[in-house]
Amino acid sequence: MPVNETLATYSDYAFHSAVGIYLLAMLLHLGEYARTRVPAARAQVAVAAGAGAPADTGTHTDPADSGTQTDPEGSGTHTDPEGSVIPGVTPAGRPWPERFGRMAVALTVLGALVHVGSVVVRGFAVERWPWGNMYEFISAACLMAVLTWIYVLRRNPGMRPLGAFVLLPVEILLFLAGSALYVKPAPVQPALQSYWLTIHVTAVSLASGLLLVSGVASVLYLVRPYARGGGLLDTLPAADTLDRAAYRVTIFAFPLYTFAIICGAIWAEAAWGRFWGWDPKETVAFIVWVVYACYLHARATAGWRTGGAAWINIVGMAAMLFNLFFINLVTTGLHSYAGVG
Amino acid sequence: MTKAIRDAAGKPDPEQAGSVGIPEPGQAEPGVPKSPTQGAENPDSPTTDPPERDTPTPTRTPTRTPEPVRRASPGRLATGVSYLRNTWRGLVSMRTALVLLFLLALASLPGALLPQRSLNPAKITEYRRQHPVIGPVLDRLGFFDVFASPWFAAIYLLLFVSLIGCLGPRTLEYAKACRARPVATPRNLFRLPHHASAVLEGPPEDVLVSVRGQLRGWRTDVREQTGADGRTSYTVSAEKGYLREAGNLVFHLALVGLLIGFAAGKLFGYDGQVIVLTGGNQFCNSGILGYDSFNAGNLVDGTSLTSFCVKVNSFDAKYLANGQPEQYRSDIGYQAGADLDAGPDGPWHPYLLKVNSPLRIAGDRVYLLGHGYAPTFTVTFPDGSARTQTIQWRPADQATMLSEGATKFDRPGLPDEASRRRGQIAVTGLLAPTSSGGKVITSVYPGLLHPEVAVDVLRGDLGLDDGRGQSIFEVSQAQLASGALQRVARQNLLPGQRLRLDDGTTVRFDGVTQWVDLQISHDPAQAFVLVFAVLILLGLGTSLTIKRRRFWARIRPADHPGEPGRTVVELGGLARTDQAGYGEEFARLRGALLGAGCASGAGDAGVSEDDAGVDTERVPPGGTRDRGGSA
Repeated sequence: MPVNETLATYSDYAFHSAVGIYLLAMLLHLGEYARTRVPAARAQVAVAAGAGAPADTGTHTDPADSGTQTDPEGSGTHTDPEGSVIPGVTPAGRPWPERFGRMAVALTVLGALVHVGSVVVRGFAVERWPWGNMYEFISAACLMAVLTWIYVLRRNPGMRPLGAFVLLPVEILLFLAGSALYVKPAPVQPALQSYWLTIHVTAVSLASGLLLVSGVASVLYLVRPYARGGGLLDTLPAADTLDRAAYRVTIFAFPLYTFAIICGAIWAEAAWGRFWGWDPKETVAFIVWVVYACYLHARATAGWRTGGAAWINIVGMAAMLFNLFFINLVTTGLHSYAGVG
Repeated sequence: MTKAIRDAAGKPDPEQAGSVGIPEPGQAEPGVPKSPTQGAENPDSPTTDPPERDTPTPTRTPTRTPEPVRRASPGRLATGVSYLRNTWRGLVSMRTALVLLFLLALASLPGALLPQRSLNPAKITEYRRQHPVIGPVLDRLGFFDVFASPWFAAIYLLLFVSLIGCLGPRTLEYAKACRARPVATPRNLFRLPHHASAVLEGPPEDVLVSVRGQLRGWRTDVREQTGADGRTSYTVSAEKGYLREAGNLVFHLALVGLLIGFAAGKLFGYDGQVIVLTGGNQFCNSGILGYDSFNAGNLVDGTSLTSFCVKVNSFDAKYLANGQPEQYRSDIGYQAGADLDAGPDGPWHPYLLKVNSPLRIAGDRVYLLGHGYAPTFTVTFPDGSARTQTIQWRPADQATMLSEGATKFDRPGLPDEASRRRGQIAVTGLLAPTSSGGKVITSVYPGLLHPEVAVDVLRGDLGLDDGRGQSIFEVSQAQLASGALQRVARQNLLPGQRLRLDDGTTVRFDGVTQWVDLQISHDPAQAFVLVFAVLILLGLGTSLTIKRRRFWARIRPADHPGEPGRTVVELGGLARTDQAGYGEEFARLRGALLGAGCASGAGDAGVSEDDAGVDTERVPPGGTRDRGGSA
């Protein structure tokens, strides 16, 4: 099978662009936090007054006002018609943190589109589903995580302050994939030439992406109570919201992960002669499954419902990442498809 | 209400909830503090079961309940019984299940991190050499056979005992719950997370008809009550989402089935590997001895293997320029059933064996696991007699298929054993399918483009008769070390080239044949395992998506005597598991029954429409809860 080098190059360009765009989105999210870090009282005044202000923003461009602008850069202070100073309100009527946040989301969506392009073009370049090695798999899993994140945002815009925390692991993973783990596009070895590659790996990467989002939510749930007022953590959604989000995502991801493992077993039966053989990858997949089963049980056990369950969720995420990196790169097994080393 | 389901701080009673057998994953929406729904735990609670239910099941009882036991147990026997009973209750409790699950995950970890005998025994030898102190200890404790070790078995068996101990009563509970009437309407509907009321035109009977019409698909129960003034009021109880528990039970039962199927496969299944040279060589699955290696299930003695024969005609591999394999396939023929009676000359059914498409034949599967090269050497002895052998050499490097091996020859025509032993010959060394050329050769490409061998010819006593088994890929190192076997020549040979020994014996490299590594697998239970796996998935999906929810309506004539023909309707709703999404459904029902402008209470009660994250159900369905009288 020939590889279309031109398309492959375009795919790489798109990949790097997506990484750059995500980075920018993450920085904007951080900017959002930075601008939100004003004393709580002032912020509340600003929000209250901003909410009460007329929708018509014409008053803000009133020439009479321009003289009283206390912030020449217009980056956060503005006077309302009554003359009192409102921090954080721009001439456009939206506070800067809000603008940063919105820009970050817009860039995340753009990044996801470019990322989709990268994956699709890579698929056309190699004329197969583009998840045959670790670079491609991580790219796909991160794309799933970002798409999950966008979906969560659409359902619940209040989760937006989580943005940087979701994009951070995605950035790290993509950076690793694009640098240390990158492999040139090529056909895959015979064992991978099966339609199960599409089904099994799609399910695994989607479940991994979902569980990553869930794990991040649980981490934030655990640190949320340490917010001391006016700090970075205060911009996060309430602890309950985070915990519920983690749970909701997990109850969707867990059956999907189960499905992925079952597909893997069916494929293994055809490729390796047995449906389950305690290959290191299979073993850790089993461990991950058991840990998430623990999580669901903990949610129904007194004393474990919240804090304990969140810890288990994090252990599950760690086990999943361990399965992705350690098992692929360090141990040798039948899943050693990383294409590196 | 004798037992506080929650303590004052709104925390769940650990004993109560700790005894839940199977998780209700959605039931534990986190930490909303005290809320109006806690009133639901009152004697007129919606969670109170109908009066006819009165036997608490063992699984639901708290794990530590000394009081009733003490009362009933004066004797030693009774103490023992109570001890056993408490142990059993502890075992089937949710907390134990959680601990066992943890242990299961933890115990599996060495299976991924340490070399495992079932995967690669050679690695264990290496590990023991590198860790002379801890290696043998780990070996004795079973860390190299984690999944066959007694401690691993203990964990999963306890887990499954706990599971079954919980499933049985829970299934009975569920069967009862399915036949039971929906629970009576609580006295105060306004304490529920979702509630509404309105005064409607028309007599109660008309309203009742419309309520029942809206509740199609729900399990409903209508109770009539005649007041002191002779007027009749109605309460409607409705419940939905029974499939959730069914999914939960199916999921857990299917896990048991999966384990049984897995175990049956290990008992009755077998698999074996065999190397077959291409060019029409055959392998018949007639007995264990035909295999190079064979893993029999515990109940397989090898006498009744499925009869079939395979003939390997050719093998074809395609590689990319960098040596990465792109395709393996082998053209084979097979005979099974009646064909076998005709013998090797009978009909052979052709099959193209590839990596992802095994040959499925008579309940067995034939896989193409690997391939390699077998050099052909001809040794011509000084007396003119010649022997030709083609023996498989094993790949030393999978990337370039550089192979190593030993082809062993017995000198023919020697009368006495002693001289025969002196004259045995072994051709050992390396085979490069695509040789780098030069003095020291290596392989630069896995395909068979330019083969060359670098051989050592050994002569002497190979030690074949000493009663010990010998690898076909190596000569005995002991014989080499003792000097009984000595190197007499070292040379690189291209196909057709020969080398001459000091006594006039010649060794000719004739060429290279491909071989394939076949695996024959037999697992009579794997179809069952697949069925249970699918059931697991279905059960899981059902139990995680369907929500149990309850709906009540109280319909009574308006109190005002001056308003004949008007009816007061109160509605209440409660999700027994995950509250998410029930708000919309309740709002829809409310809108349909009361019209848009009615007095609604969901928001007023301080609980948001959607995530009213209240764990209303502290006790599992049908648990040890008080039989409070409901209206």
